[in-house]
Amino acid sequence: MNVDSSSEYLLEARNIVKVFGELRANDDVTLSLKPGEIHALLGENGAGKSTLVKIIYGSLQATSGQLFWKGQPVTVANPAAARELGIGMVFQHFSLFDALTVTENIALALPADVDIGALAGRIEKVSNDYGLPLRPDALVADLSVGERQRIEIVRCLLQEPRLLIMDEPTAVLTPQEADQLFVTLERLASEGCGVLYISHRLEEVKRICHDATILRHGKLVARVDPQQETAASLANLMVGAEVAAVKADRGGVPGSPLLELVDLSLPTNDPFGVALKNINLTIRAGEIVAVAGVAGNGQSEFFDAVSGEQPSANNETVKMSGEACGRENITRRRRRHAAFVPEERIGHGAVPDFPLSENVVLTHHAVGEGVVRKGLINRAAARDVNSAVTELFDVRKGTPDPEARSLSGGNLQKFVVGREMTREPKILVVNQPTWGVDAGAAALIRQALIDLARSGSAVLVISQDLDEIFEISDRIAVISRGEMSEAYPAEELSLEQIGLLMAGAHEKAPEKAAAS
Amino acid sequence: MGALEAVILTIITASTPLLLAAIGELVTERSGVLNLGVEGMMIMGAVCGFATAYTSGSAMLGVAAGLLAGVVMSMLFAFLTQTLMTSQVATGLSLTLLGLGLSGLIGEAFTGLPGVKLTVLDIPFLSDIPFIGPILFGHDILVYASLAIPLGVAYVLFRTRLGLIITAVGGNHHSAHALGYNVIRVRYGCIAFGGACSGLAGAYLSLAYTPQWIENMSSGRGWIALALVVFSTWLPKRLMIGAYLFGTVWIMGLYVQALGVAIPAQLLSSLPYLVTIVALIIISGNKTLTKVNTPACIGQPFAPER
Repeated sequence: MNVDSSSEYLLEARNIVKVFGELRANDDVTLSLKPGEIHALLGENGAGKSTLVKIIYGSLQATSGQLFWKGQPVTVANPAAARELGIGMVFQHFSLFDALTVTENIALALPADVDIGALAGRIEKVSNDYGLPLRPDALVADLSVGERQRIEIVRCLLQEPRLLIMDEPTAVLTPQEADQLFVTLERLASEGCGVLYISHRLEEVKRICHDATILRHGKLVARVDPQQETAASLANLMVGAEVAAVKADRGGVPGSPLLELVDLSLPTNDPFGVALKNINLTIRAGEIVAVAGVAGNGQSEFFDAVSGEQPSANNETVKMSGEACGRENITRRRRRHAAFVPEERIGHGAVPDFPLSENVVLTHHAVGEGVVRKGLINRAAARDVNSAVTELFDVRKGTPDPEARSLSGGNLQKFVVGREMTREPKILVVNQPTWGVDAGAAALIRQALIDLARSGSAVLVISQDLDEIFEISDRIAVISRGEMSEAYPAEELSLEQIGLLMAGAHEKAPEKAAAS
Repeated sequence: MGALEAVILTIITASTPLLLAAIGELVTERSGVLNLGVEGMMIMGAVCGFATAYTSGSAMLGVAAGLLAGVVMSMLFAFLTQTLMTSQVATGLSLTLLGLGLSGLIGEAFTGLPGVKLTVLDIPFLSDIPFIGPILFGHDILVYASLAIPLGVAYVLFRTRLGLIITAVGGNHHSAHALGYNVIRVRYGCIAFGGACSGLAGAYLSLAYTPQWIENMSSGRGWIALALVVFSTWLPKRLMIGAYLFGTVWIMGLYVQALGVAIPAQLLSSLPYLVTIVALIIISGNKTLTKVNTPACIGQPFAPER
């Protein structure tokens, strides 16, 4: 180790070990970062990235190992101590309070002696300075995800941080918003602030980061210069093996329409929800249509409307295989050979305390395979379905029929997708098929979606991951604020066009229409 | 004393214990904790308040003992739900059952004994003004406290950093923890405040409302206080209106009965509950207001990762 050069580092974390029960989440990890450097922290889900940054930010205490700040050994007992040193953090799952205003949210992260009255003015000044405009009196619940992230960033900037930690900041942004963020980060770096940047998106790491530390299964595997690597070589370091490329030969001519949405509108009961407005979309046999969009633009409402979790008032708005079924519930739609995979795998897609075979019964009870006969559950049949699913989709588990909660995120996702796939549905609707899943499992799921479509089914994928969308879909529609764009052939869309659609370019703007 | 004056005075007496118990529970719930043990904390406040006042001869000592009894009960709840992570609903219900049983045991020796009544704070000149004097200035200290506490709570919740922290902890305990706030400690404090207020409400019953000890004398007021918190959408000023609305309808029912109007007594005694339900339905029409003020984490246990 380079002890002599240690004094030039802003932050060093040496030989960090963190043990949770049996799991060594961090196993002898060392990371160092200079002022003005944008340093990437890479790794798959569960590699220990979040644990390491939580230790640096004081939310967790290391089992062993030492932190150095500007060359001096330090103990960061809690986040307040980290902020005192000059460490700010933007969380992946924002640490914001929906029911409070922007100013109140920021005040909560500042020292107690800050004058809340004068804060609104400071927020406006700093946010405009860095090109992150914010209205101080807006309620967080009313803001878009991009705006919420701005609050987190401005909250850090107000503390004049020397080190800014960002946990997957671009996962929730449109490409244009991400570009804006990079400008801000580069400006901060040029002012001497260090940035610790966690991301899954290797292209952007190559674009803005000066240095990279890569973790795998809690261990440090490499320290590399991202400029000298390719996205593929970085991915291989993260996964520790070659990532199988998904084979997406473009399908032939699509067949007859299997899923049609006609002027589908759905008002929302939830004051923080999104109403769907006149959505038209047709998916034919043999094709995959993807719905892109920034989180919180009506994706979950759209999924509910298509799946029948929220039936429509008008029966003609949803047609499956040509028959109207808008008023039908999810079980009746399943009987029409449709299958649905919701976004949250735990709690919505699977009951955590149920064994996998019982989770099979929950979506198969009314649709064959004999898991339910004359109202009685046939456990043997349910276990057979479970074995088939787990074998086909390589679900790794300790016992033959474990509780859903005991599976890791990626394995459970393979199970909830596989459970619907084994029904060989004619229509499959998936919300966020690979969210928070490691690269290997994601490739397997994507390949299964493509194979299902090529065998003559209609597949509708709702996703925020643009790389995934371009990898698997034949046509792409974009949803923003409950309105859906036309579905364009994937090869005709550029990243930039999608970004504009995500920002609402296709929305019917009544004020503009009135003006012209 | 005119009839109207008497009616208004009884309305104030009927509303005071509800308001005291409810404002404490409002703060507890704002921090994300649902304590269904209000009835139990209240009755313990009543019996301990009475016993202390009777033994010492000092009503003010009784008030202090009532407050303390409420706090002790609430700390039992806090230890179980916050430290041992038991279910808040089950623990709250047991707290009520415990309070009702334990108060009967403690109170057995005091049943039927003459109580010590909390004295009216006599304000020179002001109390002597006809009509307005007795209504505005002729009360004991707990009536004034029942009005001052909600105003103080409103100030703290909406004007101070402490209030912001309480709302933050109740709104999203994971975020509050991530920012470095001690969620459990804030909740302990809010639960203790709720217990203190419930204890005061109980002391008011046995030292002012009917200055004697009668078993089960809280007679469901703790549950009404819980309903009032929801009714108020967790806003202290609405809570004051709600408590007085409930007290008014209740007293009006009694007077109508006394006047011999031919309405079944059961209907009259259910009237306050009916009015509360109707008011709840009307309020729930404004979903945004309800959603913004409802503590999102209410009833959920919080365990920080270590």
